[in-house]
Amino acid sequence: MKVTFPHMGHMWICLQAMLEYLGVEVVVPPPSSKRTLSLGSKHSPEFACMPLKLNLGNFMEAAERGADTIVMAGGCGPCRFGYYAQVEHEILKDLGYNYHLVVMEPPEKHIGELLAKIRYITGKSSWLEVIRGIRFGYRKALAVDELERLAMVRRPREIKMGSTDGALQQALAEVVRATDFRELEKASAGGIEIMREVRTEERPVLRVALVGEIYTLLEPFANQDIERRLGSMGIEVDRSIYLSEWVNDHLFMGFIRGLRSSKEYCRSASPYLNHFVGGHGQETVGSAVFYARSGYNGIIQLLPFTCMPEIVAQSILPGVSNDLDIPIMTLIVDEQSGEAGMTTRLEAFNDLLYRKSSAKEVLA
Amino acid sequence: MKGYLGIDVGSVSTNLVFLDEGGTVREALYLRTNGRPIATVQQGLSEMSGCLPARTVIRGVGTTGSGRHLAGVITGADVIKNEITTHAVASSTLVPGVRTVLEIGGQDSKIILLREGMVADFAMNTVCAAGTGSFLDQQAARLTIPIDSFGELALQSTLPVRIAGRCAVFAESDMIHKQQMGYNLADILAGLCEALVRNYLNNLAKGKEILPPVVFQGGVAANSGMKKAFEKELGFEVIVPPHYNVMGAVGAGLLAREKMSGSMPTGFKGFRVAGTEFKAGGFECDGCSNLCEVVEIYEESDVIARWGDRCGRWSGSLTREEKIS
Repeated sequence: MKVTFPHMGHMWICLQAMLEYLGVEVVVPPPSSKRTLSLGSKHSPEFACMPLKLNLGNFMEAAERGADTIVMAGGCGPCRFGYYAQVEHEILKDLGYNYHLVVMEPPEKHIGELLAKIRYITGKSSWLEVIRGIRFGYRKALAVDELERLAMVRRPREIKMGSTDGALQQALAEVVRATDFRELEKASAGGIEIMREVRTEERPVLRVALVGEIYTLLEPFANQDIERRLGSMGIEVDRSIYLSEWVNDHLFMGFIRGLRSSKEYCRSASPYLNHFVGGHGQETVGSAVFYARSGYNGIIQLLPFTCMPEIVAQSILPGVSNDLDIPIMTLIVDEQSGEAGMTTRLEAFNDLLYRKSSAKEVLA
Repeated sequence: MKGYLGIDVGSVSTNLVFLDEGGTVREALYLRTNGRPIATVQQGLSEMSGCLPARTVIRGVGTTGSGRHLAGVITGADVIKNEITTHAVASSTLVPGVRTVLEIGGQDSKIILLREGMVADFAMNTVCAAGTGSFLDQQAARLTIPIDSFGELALQSTLPVRIAGRCAVFAESDMIHKQQMGYNLADILAGLCEALVRNYLNNLAKGKEILPPVVFQGGVAANSGMKKAFEKELGFEVIVPPHYNVMGAVGAGLLAREKMSGSMPTGFKGFRVAGTEFKAGGFECDGCSNLCEVVEIYEESDVIARWGDRCGRWSGSLTREEKIS
């Protein structure tokens, strides 16, 4: 059995770690690229959103490297993603691929449902080992998120352009290499040290929050590297979803205390949106309110074209923007690879925020 | 005479303006880009130098539009600015107090909301070009009406027909259907204008508060049928400012003027670049699986710019200029 999974940002680091810790053979698909997208969109329904197309491309490319089993997240609620694993599996079958599919879904009642599926993948490992494996993967997610956060703070302040990105790659490689808890602890500390060594200077920076749909937030190929673009324009970025938080919220049912939780977002979405509308629609509205209250200069909502929950959120955001006096821009991503549109919008948004914040300083 | 150049390289048109030291537009050129931005900028520069008195001094150059970086490296621009900011700057200068800017160009359309002279919000069309100049161009060509008389003809309509405006493909098939039913051309054209306005307002202005004074600019503002359709839908007057079709260039020129008002020397390479040989080359980078298409711009035999790579391997290998914004 050679297990593969779709890409979503740095999620592969966490999944690979968990599975390999348990002795499962893993095939990490090549990073999502134009080829992935071309393969995926050729065989996907045209009206599906980009995540489905990229997932499919990932699986096709992983098969070239010998993968035969897919582990994938599922879901429930009105977002179509919940059904993507099955749809993608059917498409792959039609194309003649011989994949076995295991869907990891937020357990309906108990974490045991999830464990049973992991049991299938991990075979002979004892429960204790399985739990240790999950913990190991989760620790990696925490380490990666910490490094990403550091990069987002240091990028707009770096003295030499590109030095943060170089350091981030190096630091991530350290984390990837760790094969047990002790090594991982060392690697995380070492990675943080590498990030701290990036030379920066104190300068006034604007702060922008990215909110919206999880896949487009986490996958740089899908969002045309928006974090890096904003960073190199001198903007400090935060995003409403990190992998470790999502895992804790949705797979561990909030088991680990002290992490930021999407429940808070759902609470702050009131009175704008009081109900679950599928996907991360409610969290998007709530996190926009949260960031506005935390003094951010602006908010960018990201969503894949045709994403229903985010369209609901999009229509509510102008009200948030108005009430809390914070500029909000929506960016819809799809297959287009032209960067000019993205660049123009980000630059214009930057100008808007810059002029707004300097006008405030004059008044103060 | 001393002054500033503003250059807007759009998908459909390339516009050049010359502003005097007071910021007043003295010369304006509107050229078709015809898919050859470098040659068009050069042609524009040589035409512009012909319009200006012999001893004109250019104190600064600003470029904008989707080809702004290209135009910037060719001319040696002092300011390279996105078209949303330049359009906003131009309209708030030419129409003081403006609170809404409707702009429809060749491939894109935008709405900009200004409050107290500052951009407060904006939106650009994302995944669809229905309702932009290219579509009107194409429909005019299909009906063999010169695009210049499209608007006038639409104004003669007494009963605009209903046309689906959500998608250019739907709109076209609706138009053909109505035309085969025997409706007269003026009513179909007016109906098309109304459909495009509906599409624009639903698509871009979604939830945004449109307050007067409203300015309508961009190449499509030449179409009086569109102006009338906007007025009918919004319920108040829509102003088409002078130089409406070159507003981006005006804004770029104004920003160059603002930046160069000290005694900084301009980076402008002079009108001679109209005769210099520029070439664009390119290759596919094999550094990783992204296979970025890297473009190289040559001036004679020197590479003066590279872009298109995601990682900065190529674009960063030339001397880094200040961060572009």
